[in-house]
Amino acid sequence: MEYTEIMVRYGELSTKGKNRKSFIDRLHGNVAKVLKDYPDLRMQPHRDRLHINLNGVDAKPVMEKLKNVFGIQTFSLSVKVSRDFEDVKKKAIEMMHEAYKPGMSFKVGTKRSDHTYELDTNQVNLQLGDAICDAFPGIDVEMKKPDIKISVEVRQDGIYLSYLTVKGAGGLPVGTAGKAMLMLSGGIDSPVAGYLAMKRGVDIEMVHFFSPPYTSEQALNKAKELTSKLTAFGGNIKFIEVPFAEIQETIKAGVPEGYLMTIQRRFMLRLTDMIREKENGLAIFNGEAVGQVASQTLESMAAINDVTTTPILRPVATMDKTEIIRLAENIDTFNLSIQPFEDCCTVFAPPSPKTRPSIEKTRKFESSLDIDGLLQRAMDGIKITTIEHGDKFMENDQENINSLL
Amino acid sequence: MIYFDNSATTKVNDSVLKTYNAASEEYFGNPSSLHKLGLKAYELLETSRKQIANLMGFKQDEVVFTSGGTEGNNWIIKGTAFKKREFGKHIITTEIEHPSVLNTMHQLEQLGFEVTYLPVDKTGHISADDLKKAIRDDTILVSTMAVNNEIGAIQPIHEIANVLKDYPSISYHVDSVQAIGKNLQNKFMDPRVDYYTFSGHKFHAPRGIGFIYMKEGKQLEPLMAGGGQESNLRSGTENTPAIAGMAKAIRLLKDKEAQKADEMEQLKEKLVNHLKTLDNVHVFSEIGANFAPHIICFTIDGVRGETIVHTFEERDIYISTTSACSSKKGLESGTLKAMNVQEKVATSAVRVSLDENNTEAEMDEFIKNLDEIHDHFQILN
Repeated sequence: MEYTEIMVRYGELSTKGKNRKSFIDRLHGNVAKVLKDYPDLRMQPHRDRLHINLNGVDAKPVMEKLKNVFGIQTFSLSVKVSRDFEDVKKKAIEMMHEAYKPGMSFKVGTKRSDHTYELDTNQVNLQLGDAICDAFPGIDVEMKKPDIKISVEVRQDGIYLSYLTVKGAGGLPVGTAGKAMLMLSGGIDSPVAGYLAMKRGVDIEMVHFFSPPYTSEQALNKAKELTSKLTAFGGNIKFIEVPFAEIQETIKAGVPEGYLMTIQRRFMLRLTDMIREKENGLAIFNGEAVGQVASQTLESMAAINDVTTTPILRPVATMDKTEIIRLAENIDTFNLSIQPFEDCCTVFAPPSPKTRPSIEKTRKFESSLDIDGLLQRAMDGIKITTIEHGDKFMENDQENINSLL
Repeated sequence: MIYFDNSATTKVNDSVLKTYNAASEEYFGNPSSLHKLGLKAYELLETSRKQIANLMGFKQDEVVFTSGGTEGNNWIIKGTAFKKREFGKHIITTEIEHPSVLNTMHQLEQLGFEVTYLPVDKTGHISADDLKKAIRDDTILVSTMAVNNEIGAIQPIHEIANVLKDYPSISYHVDSVQAIGKNLQNKFMDPRVDYYTFSGHKFHAPRGIGFIYMKEGKQLEPLMAGGGQESNLRSGTENTPAIAGMAKAIRLLKDKEAQKADEMEQLKEKLVNHLKTLDNVHVFSEIGANFAPHIICFTIDGVRGETIVHTFEERDIYISTTSACSSKKGLESGTLKAMNVQEKVATSAVRVSLDENNTEAEMDEFIKNLDEIHDHFQILN
């Protein structure tokens, strides 16, 4: 069947009172960015729904993309029929042929936004139900939990029929909850933390530390590719790369081994906070999980967190590794995250970092370093790019390869 | 020249060769190397794997590259036997398998495994009933070919798979070297099958490359230990140029596959119908759903297969005795023997094997020459 449009129902935002308009605008913008490869689609945002007119575009890939966008409760694929009720019956029966398997039950649910239509809601339900019962002898009608629900929407420009309702990603449209920085390493946890932040509508910007030649171009590309994966949930993401080698070398030369990691992390957090201020962000997200590694014990967190009062949010703080991995698999970042490129955290990792660093000692060891100078030089070297949905960083050669194969 | 020996090997396709050369020059890095030349080669390798998996209807991780059909068969059979030997040492196969299966079985027999060889009926087909009777508590593996390489008989894979549904612990391997690209998917692709073997040079890919399908979750003992390539299943630096060439060859193979198979079938029918009009000729490859569209096995009574091959060769026409792998040894056809064909007939067998590049004009020319050769040899009868 040739479908006409996808009807998107908004998620939690229906409850958000007067902010509604900005929520809808955001969602519309995010959907448009994720669907940018389909310029023929026509989008019409309304108060309570977003209608995406397919305009001849194949619905399947569009639906796959929509499934990921935060702020969508459900969406359904519908077909537009003329207001002639005979047409409606014919199309509904055609739809049932597509959906029906012996033993299934059904119901018809009608909504009239155009109250001038010749039949009222009950009449549409009854007459269409009768027509389907005639076409499928023995079919059960079930009001509470039907296997197939034929939804009918009577509008002025025609009647819209659908039976397939797909669950959306839920959450809030990315951008409606304000902006924050995400400390993105390249491992399994930080992309998941980013995903969870986006789920609650946070517009995240990636802060990635890289230390050439200790870390490779591929590690950087991997972080960018992970960012590209996350654009599926809400559109473009800013990627901020921070050179970190000088700081790491300086710390390595001047600080007792047990405190290398703690002090490195304090520098990372300071830099992230400086970037946040510059970018007008409100908080910092990271992928720390309590007790997972030496830098993530509560003592370490306290010693690292000591450098700022900015809220640091840790969406995976209480998750087990297996839970985080499951989420990473769901959002398709896992296979990428486990690719073995050294990142800046592993290169300078001391063999036995302190799991219970003391804040006083940390401050003392650090005081011998030119903190401001180091931070300033790192800030001077940052590079900012915007990553769009569909950008590729790991498969540089794909075009040539495809032509070969 | 008329080349009718495509089941022995095919001529590598020009554009496949171009891919092979380009990959050799531009992607010569070792896919395991950390630098970007390595990564480029790795990308080529994995993109090829993905393309093959997609075209074949497999998952990307289910495709493992090998050096070809012989390695694939050896590996799946031995790898399964070694992996599961604690659970049982009984294997079932058929009397008409390719030597890379049969001789592997013989090696395993020397190591203490027991092998049951299923017989075939007079048309060259095994029966699912025989299989059912042969299954024992200690059976660990069933290995049956999809299309027989000597006469083209298509084996009842779905029926066998159906029997094996009740025995989930038995691994099921199908040697599908002769089945790929002949539009026979619905006959040999079955969800119960755990392993398939494929060989590149049978479909215009370069020599020395092939792949196996290994169902997700299945385990094989590696035969090649080493640097851990192919997910630690098959060590050895990957043959990236040949793999890329094979990925391309499969894409070409799958293009209009049904139509091409149909054309082969028509050429086959023409030859088979003609052979049936000749005296003292036996045809073992029938027309119909149980036979592949590209293989025709026949005999001219009283003339050794070898002689027929050479007589055609003098006329620049290339066919073979039944299996190229054993044809130099002057053995009679293993498949015909299993079909209880008399030895003196079996030694006369020759095989014509077609592919998409063969034309009706070639077939007419072949038939003309066949008639002359046939007439000539009637003096022997």
